[in-house]
Amino acid sequence: MQSEWKFTAKDIAEKPDLFMSGHRACAGCAPATVMRLIMKALRGPTIVTQATGCMEVVSTIYPYTSWAVPWLHTAFENAAANASGIEAAIKMLKKKGRIKHEHVDVIAIAGDGGTYDIGIQALSGAVERGHDFLFVLYDNEAYMNTGIQRSGGTPLGASTTTSPAGEVIPGKLEPKKPIADIMAAHEIPYVATASPYYWRDLITKVRKGLEVEGPAFLHVFSPCPRGWRSDPAKSIELSRLAVETCVFPLWECVNGEYQLSAPSKVIAMAPQKKKPVREYLAVQGRFRHLFTPKYEKLLDEIQRITDQRWQKLLKKCGIA
Amino acid sequence: MKSIVEQKTLALNGDEAVAYAVKQSDVDVVAAYPITPQTIIVERFSEYVANGEVETAFVCTESEHSALTACLAASLTGARTFTASASAGLALMHEMLFVTSGCRAPVVMAIANRALSAPINIHGDQSDTMAQRDSGWIQIYAENAQEVYDSVIQAFRIAEHPDVLLPAMVCLDGFQLSHSVENVNVLPDEVVKKFVGVRKFPLVLTHEGRMAPLKLDPENPMTMGPLAFPNYYFEFKRQQEEAMKNALRVIREVHDEYAKISGRSYGDGLLDPYFLEDAEIAIVCLGSTAGTVKTVADDLRTEGIKAGLLRIRTFRPLPVDGIKRALKHVRAVAVMDKSMSFGGFGGAVFHEVRHALYDLDEKPLAVNYIYGLGGRDTSPMQIRMIYKDLQEILAKNRVETPVKYVGLRE
Repeated sequence: MQSEWKFTAKDIAEKPDLFMSGHRACAGCAPATVMRLIMKALRGPTIVTQATGCMEVVSTIYPYTSWAVPWLHTAFENAAANASGIEAAIKMLKKKGRIKHEHVDVIAIAGDGGTYDIGIQALSGAVERGHDFLFVLYDNEAYMNTGIQRSGGTPLGASTTTSPAGEVIPGKLEPKKPIADIMAAHEIPYVATASPYYWRDLITKVRKGLEVEGPAFLHVFSPCPRGWRSDPAKSIELSRLAVETCVFPLWECVNGEYQLSAPSKVIAMAPQKKKPVREYLAVQGRFRHLFTPKYEKLLDEIQRITDQRWQKLLKKCGIA
Repeated sequence: MKSIVEQKTLALNGDEAVAYAVKQSDVDVVAAYPITPQTIIVERFSEYVANGEVETAFVCTESEHSALTACLAASLTGARTFTASASAGLALMHEMLFVTSGCRAPVVMAIANRALSAPINIHGDQSDTMAQRDSGWIQIYAENAQEVYDSVIQAFRIAEHPDVLLPAMVCLDGFQLSHSVENVNVLPDEVVKKFVGVRKFPLVLTHEGRMAPLKLDPENPMTMGPLAFPNYYFEFKRQQEEAMKNALRVIREVHDEYAKISGRSYGDGLLDPYFLEDAEIAIVCLGSTAGTVKTVADDLRTEGIKAGLLRIRTFRPLPVDGIKRALKHVRAVAVMDKSMSFGGFGGAVFHEVRHALYDLDEKPLAVNYIYGLGGRDTSPMQIRMIYKDLQEILAKNRVETPVKYVGLRE
């Protein structure tokens, strides 16, 4: 799928911020940057609905708001059901001549908890019904809003407050749920992954998701310095490292056809550029215990799973 | 009366009466998930949609939780919305019931009352809606299919009234009403359409400093469902209570206006008394049981016994002053509950009616009868026994057993 939309860095800089400053996100919060970038891709009248989570909490503390678009939050597990209702209402009100807009884009935003876990039923139902909306998952890999509890998006070996690294258990015992593939398996028109380091790629993918008729799903990698025990200054660098180590490859699945996006394609074409996962893990406190002799073998396991998933992806993209 | 509109009579069960009323009410979005004994509502409505008889977006959601969510979101986008549920489905919506009333979204929902598990039971009692009585929804309990039809139409006007802006549920007893066919007089389509009108939106001050209609509109961005800390939350809840108070007036007004068109009224819309003016003994109940009580009261009256009935039509908001006025001269009152409040003191209706009577200088004696759980039949003979109990209580001038069970093997 080719988007007609072309933009320069200047265009983006000049576009008003629809996710505005004044929110109360932590220093170094990648999700807040992701919100700002998403809103740069809007093409017209848009309604945003959001699940309970950090981004909702920091941006809408009554009587303040960071949202310059109509915005709705109702609960944790139902961002996609909100979007279903908004979209159905707009269609019918338009048909009855009660709203003047030719088209209104609908974006649902949720974190990993509101997508992988409690929100997956509403999400699966909404895309099965074919509602025309874009679902953006900002993935900071745990329930950061409630204090770093593990989610289905937490990677293998990560220490969280409900999967703590202890004397006998080395943090989370299960790998991350392949959520974007699960969404692609719903046979919806557009699924993609993105990272805020590759901001141009991210903004383009948001626009593509909006342009598609029917459901679109965008999985955005979103480091959380508080939860990852990482340097707040390094969140965007971590967003790059995750792509360079193939922990979080960038790809699109358009009408069932997988293809690598440029930053990951570079690595596929020149495998020597693929960095070891250790480089990515070593700079995060949540993996600190893996660098002790006791749990060191888990590092190899993480590398093995990362490689295996990368190979599977290459196959889907017709490369390997 | 000249103003009464000519109507046709259809054979409808309670669920079909709901679907027919929704079809006529110019509803923009219906989102629903099927559950017995509500199923017929969504089935009939699906047929209307399939045949192009309605201009409504019909969203078959994957759960009741999402059904109410979609209605809530559609309502806040500016649509008139409707859903239906019962029992476990209503329980699954529980969280969203509070969000809907908190967001002041005038969603209308029909509930075909049904028991809750365990053990699983698909038959009728009012445990499901009684468990939601503090969720901030208006609750109207209908006596028969005719009232079901009339109440659904009225509910849209009540819920959307700018002084109210609260969600409303119309409750019909599962199977007794949902599945029993009755003659139902229906108004012409255009009369209903005119009565419900096009939804209006109050103007509110947006964060951009403009006055704009209260809805999600790209022209006038508004943040809905935000986070409120302890410095603001309490005031939101207080405003909901104020809206409930306003609803007492609005329900009466809408009811009276509808009565002028249809020729049908149910007391004052809040309370529906029967032979109550000079009654010495009275039963208080909700829903379809009132029909049985009326039959028995008729018989007792021919026997010279001053028996009456107070049917509570609107349980939320509870017309406390009306209940006091209606019962102050009655000497003994039997309150019937089709649900239990485990570990409490009788059922929910008993709690509230007895509480309302507390402020009277001369209080009637009050006794509670739990009945009909899980769809157990309640016969005229049992109602007669309740009236007889009341006579005995009067003779002794005291209540020996305040909470009793009707038709239970013990």
